[in-house]
Amino acid sequence: MTLLLRLYWEFFKTGLFAVGGGLATLPFLYQIGAKTGWYDEAILADMVAVGESTPGPIGVNMATYTGFTTAGTVGGIVATLGLVTPCLVIILIIARFLKAFKENEKVQRVFLGLRPAVCALILAAGIRVMRIALFDASGGLSAAAVVIFAALFAAIYRLKWHPIIFIVISAVIGVVFSLGV
Amino acid sequence: MRDKLKELWELFFAFAKIGLFTFGGGYAMLPMIQREVVENHGWATDDEILDYYAIGQCTPGVIAVNTATFVGNSRAGAAGGIAATLGVIFPSVVIITIIASFLRTFAGLPVVRNAFAGIRICVCALILNAVIKLMKKGVKGALGITVFAAVLAVMVVFDPSPIFAVVGAALCGLLWPRRQKEGGEGK
Repeated sequence: MTLLLRLYWEFFKTGLFAVGGGLATLPFLYQIGAKTGWYDEAILADMVAVGESTPGPIGVNMATYTGFTTAGTVGGIVATLGLVTPCLVIILIIARFLKAFKENEKVQRVFLGLRPAVCALILAAGIRVMRIALFDASGGLSAAAVVIFAALFAAIYRLKWHPIIFIVISAVIGVVFSLGV
Repeated sequence: MRDKLKELWELFFAFAKIGLFTFGGGYAMLPMIQREVVENHGWATDDEILDYYAIGQCTPGVIAVNTATFVGNSRAGAAGGIAATLGVIFPSVVIITIIASFLRTFAGLPVVRNAFAGIRICVCALILNAVIKLMKKGVKGALGITVFAAVLAVMVVFDPSPIFAVVGAALCGLLWPRRQKEGGEGK
């Protein structure tokens, strides 16, 4: 029970402070894992992959996955409800004075600071994931992983296909070259 | 009462459909939301949806959830907001629970381990790509570069809770000195 309450509270905070959608919850999920020991960076990377390649909003998908990993099916539901509670309450309040909010100069100024911060937060969390994805067990940089990373990045950047396609390709590469061993 | 329940159910169902048929969240969901909400049900206009999106991006939380709450609330008050929100998250919860339990069972297999070792590399590339896209719009001017560099350095070196970075950056934006010419530009 306490575990479920703790899950709800951690995801409530994530929902309250993760601004911008998409991967904005990633730095918070990393922090939760590091603080509680519920999961590590490897599982975090799996969450991103599953979240991007299944239907529905990424933030919600990652919350369900995290909650499930931590406390089973009920955990998945509790974490997801925790994530959406603050959004729900905030939007119900803002809906009453929609226009005033959008055109408020202070709100716009706050966002001048938030946008670059969100970029940096996601990048910092990405660097943590890179540490486990690009380095081998002995701590050395894996040459094969770096080459695959560079090729995948170039393809993603130029081709702009849906992420699922690249995730499937990379899974095949992983199996063919036995990257997990 | 019965009409009200029917309306809540319709909201739940419409947003469950949106959640089920869109991959990736964010702007990927926009076409599906437009088709369901604007064309099929006439619950909002295109302009309203774009407004909801703009606000969804600058309020905390998942954008699709914010939009669902807006539409539901405008149709049927707070209960409508809750019904639409539960609808949009419902397919995710079911699908992810199935996938996660599947992965838990098969995580030990060499094939799965190898596949995910490859996928993790791909996830790094996807994250980097997402950051670069965001940076093109979000990191501009002295304020943008300062906040970006400061937050990145603090997160990498000290690894504090991101909440501090979010609150600090919001204050920076609010307190950063503005040039005089601003007034005339409007949008």
